Amino acid sequence: MENLLYTALFAPLVGSIFAGVLGGRSKMMIAGLVPSILLLVSLAASLVLLGHVLSTGTAVAVTMFDWINIGNFNVAFGFQVDQVTAVMICVVTVVSAMVHIYSIGYMDHDKGFNRFFSYLSLFVFSMMFLVMSDNFLGLFVGWEGVGVCSYLLVGFWYHKRSASWAANEAFIMNRVADLGMLLGIALIYWQLGTVKYDEVFANVDKLDMTVLLWITGLLFVGAMGKSAQFPLHTWLADAMEGPTPVSALIHAATMVTAGVYLVVRANELYAPVPEVGYFIACLGAFVAMFAASMALVNRDMKRIIAYSTLSQLGYMFVAAGLGAYWVALFHLMTHAFFKALLFLGAGNVMHAMHDELDPFKMGGLRKAMKGTFILMTLASVALAGIWPLAGFFSKDLILEVAFVEHHFILYTVLLLTAGLTAFYSFRLVALIFHGEERYKLFGIHPHEAYRFMLIAMSPLAILAVIAGFGFKGDYFAMVTQMLPATEYHVHSPVVYWTMVFGTQIFVGLAIAYAYIKYVKVKAFDPAIESNFFYKLLINQYYIPALYEKFITVPYAKLSRFAWKQIDQRIVDAIVDLIATSIYKLGEVSKRMHTGNLSTMLRLMTLGFVIVLVIALALQMMAK
Amino acid sequence: MITLNHYLIVAAVLFVIGMIGVMRRKNLLMLFFSTEILLNSVNIGFVALSHYLNDLSGQIFAFFIIAIAASEVAVGLGLLILLYKRKNTVDLDVIQNMHG
Repeated sequence: MENLLYTALFAPLVGSIFAGVLGGRSKMMIAGLVPSILLLVSLAASLVLLGHVLSTGTAVAVTMFDWINIGNFNVAFGFQVDQVTAVMICVVTVVSAMVHIYSIGYMDHDKGFNRFFSYLSLFVFSMMFLVMSDNFLGLFVGWEGVGVCSYLLVGFWYHKRSASWAANEAFIMNRVADLGMLLGIALIYWQLGTVKYDEVFANVDKLDMTVLLWITGLLFVGAMGKSAQFPLHTWLADAMEGPTPVSALIHAATMVTAGVYLVVRANELYAPVPEVGYFIACLGAFVAMFAASMALVNRDMKRIIAYSTLSQLGYMFVAAGLGAYWVALFHLMTHAFFKALLFLGAGNVMHAMHDELDPFKMGGLRKAMKGTFILMTLASVALAGIWPLAGFFSKDLILEVAFVEHHFILYTVLLLTAGLTAFYSFRLVALIFHGEERYKLFGIHPHEAYRFMLIAMSPLAILAVIAGFGFKGDYFAMVTQMLPATEYHVHSPVVYWTMVFGTQIFVGLAIAYAYIKYVKVKAFDPAIESNFFYKLLINQYYIPALYEKFITVPYAKLSRFAWKQIDQRIVDAIVDLIATSIYKLGEVSKRMHTGNLSTMLRLMTLGFVIVLVIALALQMMAK
Repeated sequence: MITLNHYLIVAAVLFVIGMIGVMRRKNLLMLFFSTEILLNSVNIGFVALSHYLNDLSGQIFAFFIIAIAASEVAVGLGLLILLYKRKNTVDLDVIQNMHG
């Protein structure tokens, strides 16, 4: 089992190094194939590990070597695959493997083909490191690793100014949040003297309540950054500048869910402080609604899906905050499948439309792109939460959790958001695939993606269909060996069925409304642009503008001040003064060096006399 | 009666003469003479004090100085002759060729 664990973890790294060695060369098919094959190996190893954990119920743990040994501070390079990790590594490797294969087709004509696969595999390695580590410090290393890879991949087309800007934004915003997380980990070490999960969780009751509040709060700040929760959410939409497979893998299925993973992993820290949990749930519900509303009007296909991701992350945090950790993890899993599928479909559409992102310029693509149409519709149905697809099971559970825990406001918000989700998903589908073929005006001839790209998407499609009813039982039995096994049942069957059917009808109406409204659209209606709500939403509630005005610009001014006034006028000036004064001294004293031996001898005598006088004077003073 | 002071005064006078020679003379050969005067004035001082203190180290030191002065002159004169062959002069102002 140990070797399997190492295989699952290090196969992506090997693939990354292999592709990285070829990084500077022009496109080589082998640089895409080898990492993909290694990813499939990693996937197989992960599935075997999952099987092992599922059948025996015991975790696989290894200690590779001692990592840090300073005084009392001992951290080993240790990994463990328990029930939660097993779920995570399977989700990560399934999505990554499919995205790798898909990318061979998607990046076909890109100059940075080899480099792309190197980064992508490195990301998978970091993510695996993050979820497999058996201590907080290893988690942090993986956490930073995925941050770096996200930076590299968002800024993959670095010659585009917007891409490098977005990469910087994502990276810097995550640094802000990571500081919180680092402080949280430091606090854990300071209080308990260890960062190993088992030892920390065993000693939670020794912690002071205030300290625990701080620890959980600070860790959640880190989670907020990585999972793009308000107010650190703006980077996620801008991160769509990266290649679409990156958006599918990193900004939908894996990295952004790391925050949820952290809360689920540290559930024993969160359990004694329900206040923090309640805050997380409220923030999650707010973000769910907030992001969904922005997705309603956006005219950028990828951004709509990004806001949808944000919204679904909000759902996960509601579940995690209310203590339903297994529900959060379940939604994480199902969401990874259908959201990655949705993104990959969007990638196909982008390719067909020559990188056009505005759905108002598409329409009627279902004839040209049948496969993509079916897959994307499937993903949207799953996202909307229609029975019996995956989204129904996980999202409905979250609604039930909110209901059963008597948080009716949260429940209402989430229910409304479910309607919004259905609306914007099918607005997108209707605009892209139905109605008139508006793209003809722009002289575009869409074509379906390569067959193997569609085949790479199909496992995700299958999972998006069956993950709900197929896995729920086994999943529940497995993860509740670790997580609190609270079952959320609405006691009265009348209420239960009303809720389920009510939600389904509500969602169905939202879908129907989206179809009716957008199938017949001829072109974008500019009249709506003067609408106040439209302006508010399309400008993302003016939050990026506010950040620009109150943080970025003053900070740039401050930096400029520090540069021009402090650095140049004080620090540089002192250094320059030393240099120039020595230089001037040389200018003055160079006249002594006439090259005339006689002059030199006279100067020597003068010096001798001066030294003599000083010596005599000192002698006198001593007496 | 000739006392220690007389010797020391002679040494000091010689030293000053040598010093003035070093400073004023432009002829390289004369500079050598001046340095010899300087060294020998010091020698007189050493020997006189050695006798006065009944300590032989001063005299030994004087011998050392004589030996080193001799070798210095040997080397210096050799260089001087080479310089004369090349420049046809031993005047310090003429052979000056570096400026600060």
